[in-house]
Amino acid sequence: MTARRRGRAIDRIGVTLLSVLLLVWTLLPIYNIIRVSMQEKEEVLSTSVYPIAPSSHAFSVVFHQAFWLLETFWNQMSNSFFIGVVVALLTLTIGSLTSFAISRMRIRSGWMLTNAALLTYVIPLSFLAIPFYGIMGKYGLTNNPLAVIAVEVTFATPYAIFIFQQYGASIPLELDEAARIDGASPPQIFFRIYLPLMAPALVAIGTYALLLSWNEYLYAFLLLSGGKVVTVPVTLGKFLVGDEAPWNYLMAAAIIYAIPPLLIYYGFRRKMSGGLTMGGIKG
Amino acid sequence: MAVTTMIDSPATRTAPAARRRGTFGADKLWALAFVTPYVAIFVAFVIYPIGYGLWLGSDPASYRALFGDPVYPRTVVNTLVYLLFGVNLKLLLALLLSGFFMRRGWWTKFLLLVFMLPWAMPALSSYLSINWMLNGQWGLINNLIWQVAHVDGPPWLDNSGFALGSVIYGHIWKWLPFWTLIFLAGRMAISVELYEAADVDGASRVQKFTHVTLPLMAGMYLVCTMLSTIWALGDFNAVRFISGGGPALSTHVLATLGIRNAFELGDPRLGMATVLTALPLLIPLAILLMRQLRRSEVTI
Repeated sequence: MTARRRGRAIDRIGVTLLSVLLLVWTLLPIYNIIRVSMQEKEEVLSTSVYPIAPSSHAFSVVFHQAFWLLETFWNQMSNSFFIGVVVALLTLTIGSLTSFAISRMRIRSGWMLTNAALLTYVIPLSFLAIPFYGIMGKYGLTNNPLAVIAVEVTFATPYAIFIFQQYGASIPLELDEAARIDGASPPQIFFRIYLPLMAPALVAIGTYALLLSWNEYLYAFLLLSGGKVVTVPVTLGKFLVGDEAPWNYLMAAAIIYAIPPLLIYYGFRRKMSGGLTMGGIKG
Repeated sequence: MAVTTMIDSPATRTAPAARRRGTFGADKLWALAFVTPYVAIFVAFVIYPIGYGLWLGSDPASYRALFGDPVYPRTVVNTLVYLLFGVNLKLLLALLLSGFFMRRGWWTKFLLLVFMLPWAMPALSSYLSINWMLNGQWGLINNLIWQVAHVDGPPWLDNSGFALGSVIYGHIWKWLPFWTLIFLAGRMAISVELYEAADVDGASRVQKFTHVTLPLMAGMYLVCTMLSTIWALGDFNAVRFISGGGPALSTHVLATLGIRNAFELGDPRLGMATVLTALPLLIPLAILLMRQLRRSEVTI
């Protein structure tokens, strides 16, 4: 009895220690970003470990776009949002059409498409940046959001196809056959049977594509050189180029930029569960 | 329900086949229309860039220039160290932590929610925060060291060893939650009865881990290692925003050096050559992975 009680006590100490360790590990950089965003310029360059005189100055600078790098901040946020939504819609459209053809219409060359998707999935995104930049120049799409949208759809669709195929396997094929007997054409089956039943997977993949595009830096940086089309991450990256980066402004902008994905993630977490949490954001 | 009964009657069972034969041509056209967008994207934005990239990287002169560059050998070593430690430490920790998160109770659930924050946040915000947190002069870590011990902490980002370590730390911090979640799903798929049987045989916790969990998750662990290696190989942001490749170009990896050579030095051929020297590692990994992923039921 005492041995068991001692075992339980050790267990409790272990859990407490590990919990503290995990919380410190996870929250340290997050604490830091909040800490710096609440400091004034002079205090950023001090030995303080917490904001001595917490101020919302940095946030109001970002809010009112009162710093030269942040002049078009809200426009950039809406660019990021626009690109994200278009990427999500295109990924859903192309991904669902392709997986419908592969697994519901059972086309003969389906395995080739699956392999094409797999191949895209295992190529590191950044390795194609150099040729991509050249190609977009040839297409005349430099400094055009379409170029970034094209890349992101290309790299989000394979994952969409996998998930749709996997999820679609749980929808009985007999449903399609029954609809055919009633004289439905493939597009009718697609719109009336396939899409409604795939709704959970569509939500999950839409979120995935939106987040992928919201977080993407390298291609946005290379393909959107300036002016009205730039997205937020490109600007955040520009802060590092100068010698004296105003870290409090940068951290405040980085927090505002992080809020939509955090809301989406924690809001849709339940919808993304059930095997679909497996979706990663390709690094 | 109505559907099932219809399928069961023999009359309708022959009907679909007949119908399929009848509208074969129209179906084929529809299928073609359905797959055209994806095929177009794949050709225009995957095949074409790969071909163009290989062509750009086919000039022997750029490889001579690359191998003559003193930064290059350093970069290769950095890449290997980054992959070896970043990927393996991260996955090992994730495997162990996933066991911890199997515990029941509200506290574990809450902890998991907090623990997922690094993954839910954009990489850029996190890496920028880590960059300033590790600033040698005014960063949070060295300020803490100063407050506690009144000594100057190490110059994390101004020393090449520490800087590479910081990049690896940032990578692990960002991606640990994701892989923990994957392994958590893997553990949940293991039948409870196996553990109950082990309990009956008087197995200890460690024995249950080594004799039940480990053998059942080994295959998944291997696939995850390969996938994570490929993603880490292509990771640009961690190095770019934590160390910036510095000090003195000593912490570049192939992905960032390629971009630097192509765009900062303005030599796309050199940049492509830099990236293509990762092919001896990338091609076998890609082939193995494609085989594994095609076979497995679970997609990551």
